[in-house]
Amino acid sequence: MNEEYDKLIETFREETYELLSELETSLFELEKDPHNGDAVSSIFRAFHSIKGAGGMFGFDEVSRFTHDIETVYDLVRGEKILPDKSLVDLSFAACDLIREMVTSPNEVQAQKKKADELLASLRQLFPEITEAKKTGKSALRGAGDLVLPAARLRAYRIRFRPAPDIFATGTNPALLLRELCGLGQCSVIAHSDSIPDLNGMDPELCYTSWDVILTTEQDMDAIRDIFIFVEDTAELIIEMIDDGESAVDSADYKKLGEILVEKRDITPKDLQKVLGGRKRLGEMLIDEGLVQPESIQAALIEQEQVRQIREGRLKKEVISNIRVSSEKLDKLVNLVGELVTVQARLSRHALYTDDPELGSIAEEVERLTAELRDNTMNIRMLPIGTTFSRFRRLVRDLSTDLGKEVEMVTEGGDTELDKTVIERLGDPLVHLIRNCIDHGIEPPQDRESLGKPRKGMVRLSATHSGANVLIEIEDDGAGLDAGAIRARAAQRGLVATDAELADGEIFSLILAPGFSTAEHITNISGRGVGLDVVKKAADSLRGEISIRSEKGKGTIIILSLPLTLAIIEGLLIRIGEEHFVLPLSAVEECVELIGGDSHGRHIANVRGRIVPYIRLREQFAIGGSAPEIEQIVIVRNETARVGFVVDTVIGENQTVIKTLGRVYKGLEGISGATILGDGTVALILDVSKLIRIVEEGEVSGQAIQ
Amino acid sequence: MSVSAITETTQYLTFKLGDEVFAIEISKVREVLDFTAITKVPRTPDFMRGVINLRGNVVPVVDMRLKFGMTKTENTVNTCIIIVEISLDGDTTVLGALADSVQEVIELEPDKIEPAPRIGTRLRTDFIKGMGKRDDNFIIILEIDKVFSVDELSLVRDAGDVPAPGGEGPSGT
Repeated sequence: MNEEYDKLIETFREETYELLSELETSLFELEKDPHNGDAVSSIFRAFHSIKGAGGMFGFDEVSRFTHDIETVYDLVRGEKILPDKSLVDLSFAACDLIREMVTSPNEVQAQKKKADELLASLRQLFPEITEAKKTGKSALRGAGDLVLPAARLRAYRIRFRPAPDIFATGTNPALLLRELCGLGQCSVIAHSDSIPDLNGMDPELCYTSWDVILTTEQDMDAIRDIFIFVEDTAELIIEMIDDGESAVDSADYKKLGEILVEKRDITPKDLQKVLGGRKRLGEMLIDEGLVQPESIQAALIEQEQVRQIREGRLKKEVISNIRVSSEKLDKLVNLVGELVTVQARLSRHALYTDDPELGSIAEEVERLTAELRDNTMNIRMLPIGTTFSRFRRLVRDLSTDLGKEVEMVTEGGDTELDKTVIERLGDPLVHLIRNCIDHGIEPPQDRESLGKPRKGMVRLSATHSGANVLIEIEDDGAGLDAGAIRARAAQRGLVATDAELADGEIFSLILAPGFSTAEHITNISGRGVGLDVVKKAADSLRGEISIRSEKGKGTIIILSLPLTLAIIEGLLIRIGEEHFVLPLSAVEECVELIGGDSHGRHIANVRGRIVPYIRLREQFAIGGSAPEIEQIVIVRNETARVGFVVDTVIGENQTVIKTLGRVYKGLEGISGATILGDGTVALILDVSKLIRIVEEGEVSGQAIQ
Repeated sequence: MSVSAITETTQYLTFKLGDEVFAIEISKVREVLDFTAITKVPRTPDFMRGVINLRGNVVPVVDMRLKFGMTKTENTVNTCIIIVEISLDGDTTVLGALADSVQEVIELEPDKIEPAPRIGTRLRTDFIKGMGKRDDNFIIILEIDKVFSVDELSLVRDAGDVPAPGGEGPSGT
């Protein structure tokens, strides 16, 4: 029982956190546009849900506190109060407090004090609250009759059959129904037919089920929210029987028989049986010669189609989401990874066995595995938008603290990324945004004197680019001073004083560990604070960071991250006896290298264009001699095209990424390993790192000469 | 841990590198595999022979002979990979140790084990837990967590200038 209760509490927490983040998003909208009715409704709804759930799980303080705030938003909805900045500020504070209450329920006393303070300042701002209370118009009851201008009335049919042991979880179905009635005009029919005789009855079980016809302006989610804690165990069917939109050409609703069938009270067969004695309307009409059989047919088809469309739509709305623990997902991904490896074995075996039947089976398995893999990876994908909204709050708080005016713009919030990537991305992004506001954006008066708008801008955007996602953090602040960074880096021995560096390379120096504020020079004031942390996080995600900046104009930091961490499409190559995998996303083309190096230079002529290449055999000190005709795999690296010379290109390979483990930590140029169809291990090359290693090697080689 | 820490009769797995017999506490050994194809990881010291596929996991393999300053292990019918579980910085890590042959599992009473002499073993003394005596032969009992410590293995990082690893005596390479 206890464990189960803990689980319930955990669910409650998670859901509250989600509601709070939705709430914050809506608060931002409200702040921008005080007349935004949708935002008000969703704020109201969120507070309402938190209140209800809080009460249900014994967080009485939460529900007491939230109740009053809800009352305020009730008034806002009724357009009795116009929301202003102070209300939004207080609401943010309220969100924080609720979060605190839910997270650490043991500090009730301190929280209660805070709550009272907050409520007191709310009352001061809005004396209307007390009034509203006096008239006894509670927020809950009020929900139904506060009509927003654009709202439509919709009718729903709700069948609610709670699990027999619903009382054991402390839920009272009557309260749920009462809450439901609060949403609008409502008729409740209780089905008591399954209540057994008194002596056969267990008083702790619930035998009753209910049918509710509800007419409300709320959407299906609002109704579902009421049942949120029993949804999993109870039988709950919510159907919209009138969407309030479709043109009404007749006041008549469905026939009695139809409704009964739809509610699964009688089976269509039974209905047929009862009706069997009579002829159908269509047949009677035809018999009377009033209409042609064709028109009846057409009418019937029309009826059927409309029904099907509606049914499909309803089904979609009924089952929209399920909650699955991420552990289960990880397990699934591991299994798919193993399956991919086995499939590679099968395909290989089929290739070397002269059996067409086996070959076609292997092909089929390959196709299915690829599809399964894509789908599984897809499940792990989450839109990055949730993380973005977290940052809005950060920006707001930071800019207030620092006395700066900053507006945050987000783009591409619906770009999807692997769950793990999103989770691990949070902290580095916080760091970057903090940097933007702290060191990038100038104070308002400075900005004005520079001829910039008073309000600084931080833009956060996410876009897809091949198998990568680009996340850009842009500010229109002071920008980076390349000269100063360079001097600083040289002083610290990070670069040679006379090294030739492109701007991008200079900016990258701020990512070096030790490039810290401890003894910084003023004009780049600590733009390197902890940025090595960001670099490390990006590395661990197999990502890249590049920085563009113009002094006085602003800075753009671009994080390029792989879509997924588990399985990639790879290109399998061979050098001597060793196999390697290149990420296919980086590969542009493969060409033959005939005649070997010209004048000892590693430059190939590919359709008239110069492509420098790297001999992997040399780089990796692999023995043996190269074949007469070698292959160049050409990859695109940020700006340039670079070739990798290999013995043979074997082909595409679904690559399940395995880490090399702690022992090989710090190894550069290899990002992991994978297991091939024959059971041997192939290494996955980190293309851009390899290019960089070779570049650095050549540059320092020239220096020695 | 030194020899004084050995107070109980413990089982050891013995194996040979050349003519010398070494031993590892049996509790550290997970399994023994026949020699299998090892994939060399470029830019790593020679004694890191590479990685193998152990039922779907990628496991690094260390050439014990090279690690102890002998010549590279040649592949014979007796060559095997001893899979050990060691703790690296507190995390349990699985590693393979390449040996010329595996001998047997023996029991050694504490009084049969002596501290390692400071000179003459051609090995760093901190790699040795003690010298076991059995039928007039000496067995070098290895402190396997030390042999495979982060410091020892992280030579990977600057593969360019690896000193002759481990061995203090004449290096075989």
